[in-house]
Amino acid sequence: MKANNFFSRIGRFTLDSITRLGTATRFLSQVLMRSGTSWRRFQLVIREIYSSGVLSLIIIVASGLFVGMVLGLQGYQTLQTYGSAQSLGVLVALSLVRELGPVVAALLFASRAGSAITAEVGLMKTTEQLQAMEMMAVDPIARIVAPRFWGGVISMPLLAAIFSMTGIYGGYLIGVRLLGVDDGTFWSQMQSAVSFREDILNGVIKSAVFGFAVTVIALFEGYDAVPTAEGISRATTRTVVTSSLTILALDFILTAFMFRGA
Amino acid sequence: MPISSYDDRIPSFPDLIFNTVSVDNLIDIRNVTFAYRNHAVLQDISLSVPRGRVIAIMGGSGCGKTTLLRLIGGQLRPTQGEVSVNGQIVHQLNNHDLYQLRRKMGLLFQFGALFTDLNVFDNVAFQMREHTDLSAEMIHDLVLMKLNAVGLRGAQQLMPNELSGGMARRAALARAIALDPLLMMYDEPFTGLDPISMGVIGKLIRRLNDALGLTSILVTHDIEESLKIVDYVYFISEGRVEAQGTPDEIRISKQAFVHQFVHAEEDGPVPFHYPAPDYASDLGLKA
Repeated sequence: MKANNFFSRIGRFTLDSITRLGTATRFLSQVLMRSGTSWRRFQLVIREIYSSGVLSLIIIVASGLFVGMVLGLQGYQTLQTYGSAQSLGVLVALSLVRELGPVVAALLFASRAGSAITAEVGLMKTTEQLQAMEMMAVDPIARIVAPRFWGGVISMPLLAAIFSMTGIYGGYLIGVRLLGVDDGTFWSQMQSAVSFREDILNGVIKSAVFGFAVTVIALFEGYDAVPTAEGISRATTRTVVTSSLTILALDFILTAFMFRGA
Repeated sequence: MPISSYDDRIPSFPDLIFNTVSVDNLIDIRNVTFAYRNHAVLQDISLSVPRGRVIAIMGGSGCGKTTLLRLIGGQLRPTQGEVSVNGQIVHQLNNHDLYQLRRKMGLLFQFGALFTDLNVFDNVAFQMREHTDLSAEMIHDLVLMKLNAVGLRGAQQLMPNELSGGMARRAALARAIALDPLLMMYDEPFTGLDPISMGVIGKLIRRLNDALGLTSILVTHDIEESLKIVDYVYFISEGRVEAQGTPDEIRISKQAFVHQFVHAEEDGPVPFHYPAPDYASDLGLKA
């Protein structure tokens, strides 16, 4: 009997997961198909870039700076053991541009902007604002969801770039200003070792993919939320958890494809 | 202007076409059944709403009143039967045509459903900006006219969280009539309002209906306020039309369900007790 229950629970969980994945895919296709309004009235997207991107700047800059400073300290200690402290700039830049920039910025984006998007859309559903819009013959997917989607997709690579930039500056402050690594060597080694196509472009692609994933998850969870206070709370939590796991899984897959020969 | 003056203008109804299919009806609901999964909410219901009238649909909570509004607005599809609005069968329309039809409808939600990120002015201007190419100056003037009609011209810059319940309902009403719809639907417009706000909303419903030549459907369980302003009442119970008539007929009705509802009696066709086993058995007093 217990074994039966166990298997039926697994079966139900699997079926529910597949159904949910299917619903989310349908939702995404609707968002993409109804994105015309977002491009015709680009100010709607700009507004979302402001609320998802610009309002996330403080947390991104502060975190980038600290992560860069930690990289500077840890990297210096390790490199000095092998007498290559002068390569600190390369280590900081590659770590940030390839991995930490896109991944940590996306994790922060998921918890700051993703949760806000879910809560906002969920609350609009709970207070019947989405239904009101439908009754006014305005498609909520085109008017509410699609601009937020494109706002997130555009914001994410920019935030990741800012994160990497401030991180590199943090590494510079620690390595050059505090620990005495040569200023010219720090920058010149970084310039010669970091490839635009291999490193920077791949980092940008990664962050765009993460932005796409996080925004879709956040919007879907909000749109699909049970319209109660508890429902919104659960949806917001699911956004952060699912987004974080998705970012890490996608990072592994993308890294495997992008840097396998490097 | 007192409510009675509106009643004076309403003709008597012997020749009205309630319950008959006619081109004079804006809405015809024919043999509609609707079920959520296996739970039947509406059962073979038929009713008509003549143009220019204010109709109340009344009944207890969960009797299917709001479902009826959603069927008219095309948010739900009937399991059987058809809902016709302005000669168009709603559930047969494609998305584009449904949206075209909805432009002729206004719906006042129970708590207003104002867009919380827009102020009162922008809420009312929303549909005009979405559906028309009117200039900003024209929209400005139209919005002020709508807000003046509901007495909120002075509140145009307030955000929804700064409004009282009655003001939010009035702002939502101004938004709903922004594009001069043919049909106005009100979902529990009196819920949670103080007596003054209730009176104001009631008068506005009647006044706007007559002044703008609308047809209005009121879904409510507020007997007092609605009998003052409506032309005809349908009572729904357990998914069926249980009774109907003009406000005067309803007030003097001897029909058990209507009597219980109008006089707020605690027991009657709608029982006080939820179905339960014998009380004594439940207490263990009977073997």
